[in-house]
Amino acid sequence: MFDLIKKFKKLFDNSSRDFAKSTCSNSPMSNNINSEDNLTVWEKVQIARHPNRPHGLDYINYIFSDFFELCGDRFNENDNAIIGGIAKLENQSIMVIVHEKGHDIETRIKHNFGMANPHGYKKACRLMEIASELKIPVLTLIDTSGAYPGIISEERGQGYVLAKCLELSSDLNVPNISVIIGEGGSGGAISLALSNVVLMLENSIYAIISPEGCSAILWKDQKYKEKAAEAQKLTAQDLYKYGMIDDIIPEPKGGAHQSKTATMDQVKKYIMHHVNKLIKEFKENPESIKRKRAVKFLNMGNATDA
Amino acid sequence: MNWLTSWIPKIRSERSESVPDDLWHKCNKCEEMIFRSHMVDNMWVCTICDHHERMRAHHRLVSFFGSESNFKTEIPPRLQDDPINFSDTVSYKSRLKKARAKCDMDDCFEIGVGKLEGNSVVALAMDFAFIGGSMGRALGNAIVHAAEISIRNKIPLVLFSSSGGARMQEGIFSLMQMARTTIAVKKVKDAGIPYISVLCDPTTGGVQASFAMLGTVTLAEPGALVGFAGKRVIQQTIGEELPKDFQSSEFQFKNGFVDKIVHRSKIALEINRIINILK
Repeated sequence: MFDLIKKFKKLFDNSSRDFAKSTCSNSPMSNNINSEDNLTVWEKVQIARHPNRPHGLDYINYIFSDFFELCGDRFNENDNAIIGGIAKLENQSIMVIVHEKGHDIETRIKHNFGMANPHGYKKACRLMEIASELKIPVLTLIDTSGAYPGIISEERGQGYVLAKCLELSSDLNVPNISVIIGEGGSGGAISLALSNVVLMLENSIYAIISPEGCSAILWKDQKYKEKAAEAQKLTAQDLYKYGMIDDIIPEPKGGAHQSKTATMDQVKKYIMHHVNKLIKEFKENPESIKRKRAVKFLNMGNATDA
Repeated sequence: MNWLTSWIPKIRSERSESVPDDLWHKCNKCEEMIFRSHMVDNMWVCTICDHHERMRAHHRLVSFFGSESNFKTEIPPRLQDDPINFSDTVSYKSRLKKARAKCDMDDCFEIGVGKLEGNSVVALAMDFAFIGGSMGRALGNAIVHAAEISIRNKIPLVLFSSSGGARMQEGIFSLMQMARTTIAVKKVKDAGIPYISVLCDPTTGGVQASFAMLGTVTLAEPGALVGFAGKRVIQQTIGEELPKDFQSSEFQFKNGFVDKIVHRSKIALEINRIINILK
């Protein structure tokens, strides 16, 4: 751990690059994706989970000129692990749905460490339906270790609600865009990431199971988590290579926690670019959005075949 | 060498030839020994305690359609194995090879197109014996394929789920199958064709959280394990004992996530009823 801190420090000290200017002068679809990356996969996992990384609510407070929170699943509860509402992104009205992990003991408990119960995903479904009525795009920011495993969450149909969220996202007649800002943990992540455009921050991760879980199941011991992380190919760079995501958003040297505002500026720039593009397409041909999304996911991951 | 040492091997070899290993089946619930042939005749439902044992995909289709000649097997386009070149204590490639040899199938499913008393249906049965019935690219593709057959021929789609969840060895590719299969069954439903999901033991994780719970009608076999998170994970997270019937079909029915719990011997009958009502 000490070595890791030293390494981060070194990276940070050496950083002289003007990060905000480094990419995407015209188009964020940059080619220089992470060429100087020298972190191990496990270090990336730790950066993705870093407590000082900008979280969902940080983005909400920073990138929108105004945000009005919409609460409750309209059945019986309001979940704080998923926060959502209507927001203004420059001149564009948008529906935003984020995972929030919390940053200290109190807020982590309030937000249940970013692990949502079924009522959280039901709220997300409700918000997507509203966006569809209002004909405004949906933005989701993903940062969760997974959907919450508990007795109540099973009683209220965690599996069903996640499936419904997937179905609704796939069927949405307005554009949607997702950014994996930290941890993209399994079903709890993909249920909000079935989008026209899926982006990942440079040091974020996206996987079917946590390295610890994978290690416990396949190696029968949690101590092989580093090996498991390597084997899982869960980094943004791997996922981009496999065609699972559309672009990678660069982070400041050493990780997003080194400069929250620089990271969020960058994320905003990418979101603006893609939202504008999608809106233009949506105006020209409203039907194509849903169809293209379905085609994209139906063919996903089959391109590497011989 | 005396007469005894020369005779023992003979006795042993004669016994092993005359008594096949699989003559008996021990029920996983009541632990009674039952003639295997009786289990086969009874669709792998225990003749003593009525426990529904896990069923191989081919047996499932044979018993569902009534006989081997009542359906035709469909094979989806084959994909390359091992998309992320995964290896844990053994390589995924060798796991696959072993599973294929053991189960005599390519992956954890079989698709059959056939008739249920006059009604054509396409049915896909999953097989837990093949790497826990886990969902990788092959299964995703099979479900997309079955959905296409259903839409093309305007015939109902029946999916028998039996899976521990996503196939970890395929990493992100397995996660994406949740999206693919959801879209595939949604297309069937959008075409106005009924999709009947039958939850068999076990239906958990990524399979439960995608196509399995999205049926037009959702049936479940009695006593099947149906849930999202693993029991051990939940226990570790909350640190308390779980209720006795937790994550059973009955638990799902009680909480409103299953339309009907149906005995295995009645599944074809009930599905046929649903199709007749809707046609």
